[in-house]
Amino acid sequence: MSYRAVIDQTVYRFSTLAELMAKATPQRSGDELAGIAADGPIERLAAQMALADLPLRAFLEQQLIDGEHDDVSELIARQHDPDAFSPVASLTVGAFREWLLSSSVGQTELEAVTYGLTPEMVAAVSKIMRVKDLIAVAAKRRVVTRFRNTLGLPGRLSLRNQPNHPTDDSFGIALSAVDGLMMGSGDAVIGVNPATDGLADYMRIVTLLDDLRQRLSIPTQTCCLGHVSVALRAMEKRAPVDLVFQSVAGSQKANDGFGVSLEMLREAQDAALSLNRGTIGRNVMYFETGQGSALSSDGHFSVDQQTMEARAYAVARAFDPFMVNTVVGFIGPEYLFNGKQIIRAGLEDHFCGKLLGLPMGVDVCYTNHCDADQEDMDTLLTLLCAAGVNFVITVPGADDIMLNYQSLSHHDGIFARETLGLRPAPEFEAWMVDVGLADEAGRLRDHMPPALIEAMRTSADAAA
Amino acid sequence: MSKLTAHPASEPAQTELADFADLTQARIALGRAGSSTPTAHEQRFQLDHARARAAVWSQVDEDTLLAHLEPLGLPIVTVESQAVDRADYVRRPDKGRLLAPASRQTLADRSGRFDVVIIIADGLSATAINLNAAALVASLVQRLQSAGLSLAPIVMARRARVALGDAIGETLGARVTITLIGERPGLSAADSLGAYLTYAPVCGTPDASRNCISNIREHGMPLPRAAEAIAALAGRIFNARLSGVKLGENRLTSEEPSKMVTGDDGTDT
Repeated sequence: MSYRAVIDQTVYRFSTLAELMAKATPQRSGDELAGIAADGPIERLAAQMALADLPLRAFLEQQLIDGEHDDVSELIARQHDPDAFSPVASLTVGAFREWLLSSSVGQTELEAVTYGLTPEMVAAVSKIMRVKDLIAVAAKRRVVTRFRNTLGLPGRLSLRNQPNHPTDDSFGIALSAVDGLMMGSGDAVIGVNPATDGLADYMRIVTLLDDLRQRLSIPTQTCCLGHVSVALRAMEKRAPVDLVFQSVAGSQKANDGFGVSLEMLREAQDAALSLNRGTIGRNVMYFETGQGSALSSDGHFSVDQQTMEARAYAVARAFDPFMVNTVVGFIGPEYLFNGKQIIRAGLEDHFCGKLLGLPMGVDVCYTNHCDADQEDMDTLLTLLCAAGVNFVITVPGADDIMLNYQSLSHHDGIFARETLGLRPAPEFEAWMVDVGLADEAGRLRDHMPPALIEAMRTSADAAA
Repeated sequence: MSKLTAHPASEPAQTELADFADLTQARIALGRAGSSTPTAHEQRFQLDHARARAAVWSQVDEDTLLAHLEPLGLPIVTVESQAVDRADYVRRPDKGRLLAPASRQTLADRSGRFDVVIIIADGLSATAINLNAAALVASLVQRLQSAGLSLAPIVMARRARVALGDAIGETLGARVTITLIGERPGLSAADSLGAYLTYAPVCGTPDASRNCISNIREHGMPLPRAAEAIAALAGRIFNARLSGVKLGENRLTSEEPSKMVTGDDGTDT
């Protein structure tokens, strides 16, 4: 079956659903690199018009990647709930956009349709939505998760404190973590990307973070973002693992590239649940994703990178994660060329994740070979807060000295909370007052309570 | 005795995080201007970013580099990848891994049987090459020659990714490539150079078959130590007749650190 649109007597044809989706995607360098992008804005619009006329059901009738050879496609088919789909079953993609935007559709309706929607449907509608539309719809959909505190409540913005260090030095990690805590970062998680991938370092890092958390009685969770296979071995050795992390992608081949399978993730989730470390909830997984990862591992099957990204969310939602974030600008200009592409991609990923029921956050970030700067990050942060993002990531001075890229600073987190009127997770907010980091009105103090300095010293000493 | 307890901080009640700021490169204890950073830090950050950006778009000063390399007595060849300019290079990593046809011919005309070819590649930071390459190559050539290894012409490669070295080594007939390439600039270091060693290079060699020594720069791994480490690594590669993860060396086989955890560091170079 082919797809067509006519503009001024010119007929544009798209021979497959994957081609239609790719050509309807707003411009990005990764699809150009893959050789599947539209040949300019008019062909792109023709594809978007043809896509708008496509019934949503078309995505149930044909798979973009054959499920016989791809366990993500198979998972997507299995997740689909026909009853949940019924409110939108008769709609085209264009009418679905209007349904999402209509004032009669809110949290209840969006929640009800979650498992009726497939990643491809959500990706398709995002391609014909402007930035404003992506924000308006996402803002109506809250996703709340719990472990030791509560993420995703209305009017809240949580922060992942990311105290990375180039050599995983215990002191360096502890110093950076405390710098963030002082500015209110760490209610989403205190999570370290390790520079090394060994079991001993993984265990030292989770032990250090857990020790710091316990000394200060912080109502939060910690994570070492090593490979899931390392986390499994650490849990066997009874290491204090709160959240299990893994990068995931939208095809079996791309997940192979990450050295991960659905069975491994299931095993890790079971192991983390059996540790019973969450005090108020049982969401124990943390996933990161990012447009372009499937192409970089040659696991994209000529499907556009934004649709591949949405397919990764099918993987994520199979494991009831506590948190998920796209690492939107990390992968480089060959996938997202500039600030404009990064900003739109961040909002698309957040929108698609939320509609699919994920507790979505964003690593608002860029690399130095990309045509982007901190002002683009200011813009994306502000827009994401308008869209109700669950959390963003912050590092000291926006400079990640291990991964060599720029994310948001802890200061940016303060900006979002103070200027946009957002508050930390409620349990963490109360702790900040108790420990003396904030006054009764929630305003940050300028001096660090001695208890934090002492806890930092003791924890780092114990780990070193 | 630990760094933190031994640190000459005052009484706990007066201790501030700034007392520890010299223990990490991280931009901690910056202070606040409301929800932003103080002006001096703000501008320092922008300067660092401007430097990193400039490094990505900089060109290798080939005349100066040639003048430094000529006394080594080795022939010097300049080649190009299929990327036509820096913008194409940044957007199209695939082109940066392929030799331009004219360059392939240039190398084929000089092919022979060599132990090692040293390749100087601009990569993502010509600044790293301009600051470090001449001295590093001089030291390296001396060490390799005194180890009795035969050296191919030195190759200067424009708009090159790491894997371009495979085509260069294969076409020239070298047993081992040593590719010195400008690494993606970080905010704190825009002049970092990486050395990638590959045994029996052929087009399509997987990244897992390379060994890497990264962060070569004055404030990272300084040049004399880097030359020594590269020469020693080359020696182990010749002994084992292989390179890469099977050699059991370092873990970094990528031009770029990866947030996407793969378990085997197989990222896209």
